[in-house]
Amino acid sequence: MTDYEVTETLDVKGQNCPMPVVKTKQSVDSLDAGDALEVLATDPGSVSDLGGWAETTPGVELIDQQEGADVYTHYVRVTE
Amino acid sequence: MSADTTDGAEVAPDELDRAELAARVDELEARLADVEADDDDGQPKMSIIATKGTLDMAYPPLILASTAAAFGYEVTVFHTFWGLDILHEERSKELKLSSVGNPNMPVPNVIGALPGMDRMTTKMMEKRIADNDTATIEELIETSLDMGVEFQACQMTIDLMDYDEADFYDGVTTGVGAATAIQDMADADIQLLV
Repeated sequence: MTDYEVTETLDVKGQNCPMPVVKTKQSVDSLDAGDALEVLATDPGSVSDLGGWAETTPGVELIDQQEGADVYTHYVRVTE
Repeated sequence: MSADTTDGAEVAPDELDRAELAARVDELEARLADVEADDDDGQPKMSIIATKGTLDMAYPPLILASTAAAFGYEVTVFHTFWGLDILHEERSKELKLSSVGNPNMPVPNVIGALPGMDRMTTKMMEKRIADNDTATIEELIETSLDMGVEFQACQMTIDLMDYDEADFYDGVTTGVGAATAIQDMADADIQLLV
């Protein structure tokens, strides 16, 4: 893991598949290369979904995922 | 080309082989360049054919389309027969769930076939969708359109069902037929019939 500073936070708490991934992509598109997006989700599927999405999608990189009590926090970096 | 042969008699055939190989490599490289050029911009494509218009069967094509768009895919969804109702602005908000023909339903078919049962199971499903904060069909269509998904309404079915082009969500492509769907499927990396 490298250092990062969160540029923007996306709150998709309460939303279910496919919205966490879809809204993350929409947010990422409005960011610049080097920016880091923080995604707050309650959907347990978001851990696997956002991981798979970041791995397969060009221009993004998953920096970190944290599982809290109720909230899953994901950090995505825009690479291009 | 290097000539490491010491025996003069073998120089000719050896050099011929090397020349043939070099020519073959050139030919293959040219063909590879052609193939890569045909691959457009390298953006992956997905083509879905949506044929069903029940509430449960409207979800899979929309969820997959919006998710593929999030993955950077160029997505087309060709809606035909009852699948056309998903794109119909009014009818998409009134999609129903059948209470018969699904063995997973908690009621036997003979009860499910009674008048009003489809309405009841549909209401139950709609309540579950709302309670679970699952996106509505309308939300999924609007989001997909925002993300560049192309929704196509089969012209033959529009005529068959006597729908009007104005009945569909803004941004829906009309005036397309099976040939368009085939073309999209031939170009696509993923093809699905739902």
